[in-house]
Amino acid sequence: MALAWRAARLDERRPQTATARSLVFTVPGWPGHLPGQHVDVRLTADDGYQAVRSYSLAAPADGDRIELGVQSVPGGEVSPYLAEELPPGAEVEVRGPLGNWFVRRPEQTEPALLIAGGSGVVPLAAMIRAHRRAGAPSLLQLLYSVRTPADVWYADELTDHDPRLDVRLLYTRQAPPGTARAPARLTLSDLEKPAARLESTGTVYVCGPTGFVETVGDLLLDLGRDPATIRTERFG
Amino acid sequence: MSSFSPGFRGRARSLADRLPPGQYPTEQFPVLSAGPTPRVSTDTWAFTITTETGETHSWSWTEMMALPQQETVTDIHCVTRWSKFDTPWRGVSLDAFFEDVETAADFVLAHSYGGYTTNLPLEDLLDGKAWLVHTYDGYPLSPEHGGPARLLVPHLYLWKSAKWVRGLRLSDDDEPGFWESVGYHEYGDPWREQRNWGD
Amino acid sequence: MADDTAHLDGNCLAGPLSEILAVEATTAWWRCPECARSGPLAELHVFGPDPGLTARCPGCAYVALRLVREGEYVWLTLGSGTGAFRFRAVTS
Repeated sequence: MALAWRAARLDERRPQTATARSLVFTVPGWPGHLPGQHVDVRLTADDGYQAVRSYSLAAPADGDRIELGVQSVPGGEVSPYLAEELPPGAEVEVRGPLGNWFVRRPEQTEPALLIAGGSGVVPLAAMIRAHRRAGAPSLLQLLYSVRTPADVWYADELTDHDPRLDVRLLYTRQAPPGTARAPARLTLSDLEKPAARLESTGTVYVCGPTGFVETVGDLLLDLGRDPATIRTERFG
Repeated sequence: MSSFSPGFRGRARSLADRLPPGQYPTEQFPVLSAGPTPRVSTDTWAFTITTETGETHSWSWTEMMALPQQETVTDIHCVTRWSKFDTPWRGVSLDAFFEDVETAADFVLAHSYGGYTTNLPLEDLLDGKAWLVHTYDGYPLSPEHGGPARLLVPHLYLWKSAKWVRGLRLSDDDEPGFWESVGYHEYGDPWREQRNWGD
Repeated sequence: MADDTAHLDGNCLAGPLSEILAVEATTAWWRCPECARSGPLAELHVFGPDPGLTARCPGCAYVALRLVREGEYVWLTLGSGTGAFRFRAVTS
């Protein structure tokens, strides 16, 4: 395929949480992409040293503009630079779109269950936004595991009571006052009802840290879901 | 004049002397992994040397710990460009294992629990240049750093110091190991910056 | 990153493999010769990125491929044995 490295100019950086940012780039010649796909971002130092990292695309195709979600990892080589230092108007290089496995294609308008751990919500947000843009009538469910209310990305979009989007926030450390569910890691009982609402052939997309994805994958199998209907993406 | 400040090297120069080309110093001890971390109990652990004729010499954990133990403080250099100075280890010189091993082989393929391998010339493991270490900085070597025991061959890049080592196979031929077979250097001398095939 | 056993998955091989393969690779089907588990390349467990990328069977950790980037070259070994292919990467 030999994808080209393309110049990407930073247009806009928006805070999502205290440490997470949405970065919008203009990439001349961008060929478009599918929700769920990612790009490789390449940074080059003055002495020629290069670092490459993968970031998920947070929004459906929109001409030559792409939106990435970046969680700043303390001590990280690339993410703190992207989250805080890269000046607007400056360029990085991107390669993509990448990956045809963890995707939801435009013709897939059937219901689906999306399960996110932390910043794993980024590629799922692209699926949700595409679903809304297409006006698809079917129901998307999002189970979104976050530590505290302050860690929720895309808060406005996810809580606007769209009848075609059912969002359940699962707090692991601290929940807003009045939340019935005590803060805890995701368990089988959190999955039972959402899984039961999805046909056995419906696709479940799981994205998050490695341990989260492994746990959710095992629980889904415990619930009897066909492994072929589960698509996962892990990050370290 | 040489009686003043013995052993003083000066910070900048000492760094330059001790840092191989292309390396940077770190206080951290980064963990690089090519697979799941093996969890090996010292109850079942064994270290085996197999000669080119198929003869085997094996040590249990208890037998290994009964061999003469040495302390060594050394600089280590990872091919991913970090170097760490003055790392303190405790273990057994490989000379002690080879004392009764009859061999005319030139090469060694080290094998690890978990399947990792790396190749070295036998002479680089002898004459006080290499150890099987089980203690780092006074504590039992942790699994992520290769515990219960790993090779320590500090004059070569650290991928030669096989973590979770379980045996050495002697051979007349130099057979590439896990990383050597994907472009990394057969020998891996940090001072000659032998990172990749052809360097 | 704190967990030493943390791994990524085959999705992250899409970029590196695009430098040497003409088709998108993460949907490629693979069957483990060790435990007979099968699935797409995207579901392999991937360790790295340094000193190289190692993709393993999610069931038994058998090595499916190793990929090392070295300057203008990409080294690729399929399976657990030796015998690498060295490609000149297409860069632009």
